[in-house]
Amino acid sequence: MDITFTPEELQQVELHKSKYPEPKAAIMPVLWMAQKKWGWLSEDVMRYIGQLLDLPTAHVKGVATFYTMYFKKPMGNYHIQVCTNISCMLRGGEDIYRHVSGKYGISHNQRTPDGKYSLEEVECMGACGGAPMIAVNEVFYEKVDIQEVDKVLDSLS
Amino acid sequence: MYNTLPHLVLPQIPNLHEIDVYRANGGYDAYRQVITMTQDEVINEVKKSGLRGRGGACFSTGLKWSFMPKGNDKPKYLAINGDESEPGSFKDRQIFEYNPHQLIEGIMIAGYAMGISKAYIYIRGEYHKWVDMMEAAVRQAYDKGMIGDAMKKTFNHNYSIDIYVHKGAGAYICGEETSLMNSLEGDRAYPRFKPPFPAQKGLWGMPTTINNVETLATVPPIIKIGAEAYSKIGAEKHPGTLLYGISGHVNKPGVYELPTGTLLTDIIYNVCGGVPGNKKIKAIIPGGSSMPPLRGDRIEGVRMDNESLREHGSYIGTAGIMVMDEDTDLVKVLLRITRFYHHESCGQCTPCREGCGWMEKILHRLDHGDATMKDIDLLYSVAGNIEGNTICALGDAAAWPVRGFIKLFRDEFEKKVKSNREFVSMNVVHGRVNTMSDLVVLN
Repeated sequence: MDITFTPEELQQVELHKSKYPEPKAAIMPVLWMAQKKWGWLSEDVMRYIGQLLDLPTAHVKGVATFYTMYFKKPMGNYHIQVCTNISCMLRGGEDIYRHVSGKYGISHNQRTPDGKYSLEEVECMGACGGAPMIAVNEVFYEKVDIQEVDKVLDSLS
Repeated sequence: MYNTLPHLVLPQIPNLHEIDVYRANGGYDAYRQVITMTQDEVINEVKKSGLRGRGGACFSTGLKWSFMPKGNDKPKYLAINGDESEPGSFKDRQIFEYNPHQLIEGIMIAGYAMGISKAYIYIRGEYHKWVDMMEAAVRQAYDKGMIGDAMKKTFNHNYSIDIYVHKGAGAYICGEETSLMNSLEGDRAYPRFKPPFPAQKGLWGMPTTINNVETLATVPPIIKIGAEAYSKIGAEKHPGTLLYGISGHVNKPGVYELPTGTLLTDIIYNVCGGVPGNKKIKAIIPGGSSMPPLRGDRIEGVRMDNESLREHGSYIGTAGIMVMDEDTDLVKVLLRITRFYHHESCGQCTPCREGCGWMEKILHRLDHGDATMKDIDLLYSVAGNIEGNTICALGDAAAWPVRGFIKLFRDEFEKKVKSNREFVSMNVVHGRVNTMSDLVVLN
């Protein structure tokens, strides 16, 4: 796989660099761009970003591994995140996690063999008023029960 | 009654997130007023209002601003903390969604008062939709010449500020101000030692102020209604309105803007419609998961301001109230809280990195019925050895709920240990059959 940004994307990288006094600070937005483009951050992607921002690969890897939302392995097309932190736990978040886990036969940070779904037990997503909640990729579904979760998940394919 | 109270941060105006609607409702007028004042006058006005930070530490905002060095000989920065990752708090999200321009105006006023020309709004990565909303609002503000170079012309004043939105990527620790700075600079988000404090040496080594989203969104209304009037709202020592985020076992969870010092029972029973099934309340966490809990049978008369809560052994934190009914297994709750802190510990300081893991293990033992009475004291002492022995407050945040829950609900923990004993004694009886003495008897 050819790991390079298109000229337009490189322009975007320059824009990110211009926001900060030092180009190093652009690492987070550029990692986000890379994850959007390639789905996850492989060693090759991290090396490429290091070259782009003039940073050692070790630094890029250090930053990427610090944050849970940067994927260090391929995840499913639909990344299902179930919150089980207190507010969600009090309202049945753990049952939802168990249900989704059973439905696809995967557990925390795993994906189905066809690469379609992956599951993550996430820490508080800041939607406690809508507990229990799940998120699929970037979309939040709040105040859900198992039936609604099924409806959401079945409508994905 | 609650509809007549002032809504300063989240007024009930449809489409307020659109800049035209915001301006039609007096938006950006507070800034116009501010530029007729000197920097010190603005800071004094905020000091006089009694506004205290909404991120949890409750520090006087005006005082914080006054720590910034005067003059323009080197760049200064403003970082806006929208990392909001504390379980139980979900208030800043409402500002990004419903009133982002008031935050922008608050940033302009803060920037003007401290002579800052660059501001970074740090929003947690999980808030994809809200990052987009905030970015859209900032773009609108640029397009209409409210910020950036164009604002000099719009307001006929030579001050200008650039605002950027920075998206996090899922680390609770980034809500700690020095860790947020490292994250912004593109490093691993390890908290820094203080001193030097950010006002002396912050982002890129320059003077920096870090304010919570809600704090800055509260500044424009203070300018508009005046510090005097603002300081009369709510509790005397902790005035103003708060965005209370209520979750857990209540009928109508959500974010409500109410004055500080509102009775906790009022919030739960009158605003949030009580507990489902009219159950009794066993425990309440009043300000996000790191604050010590309150006993449900002792909440009569507790007011939601820092002073009143301190008298009752807790703090206001982020005003994220979590209600737990009588059927809640508190050991399980505490295990979940501790697991969170173990997961989110950045790993820099040994007491927190190792201690949180130990506490999780002990709680796991307790929850699974494998613990002894000694384990409860062990848990308490591990928490005591984390507290105050780490660079940042995450260690304290992990220790407070552990000590708080054990202090108030020791019987729950003991029950877990005892229920286990019955189970073990059955095994012992079973085991005794195979001992020598039993075999002798059998013969």
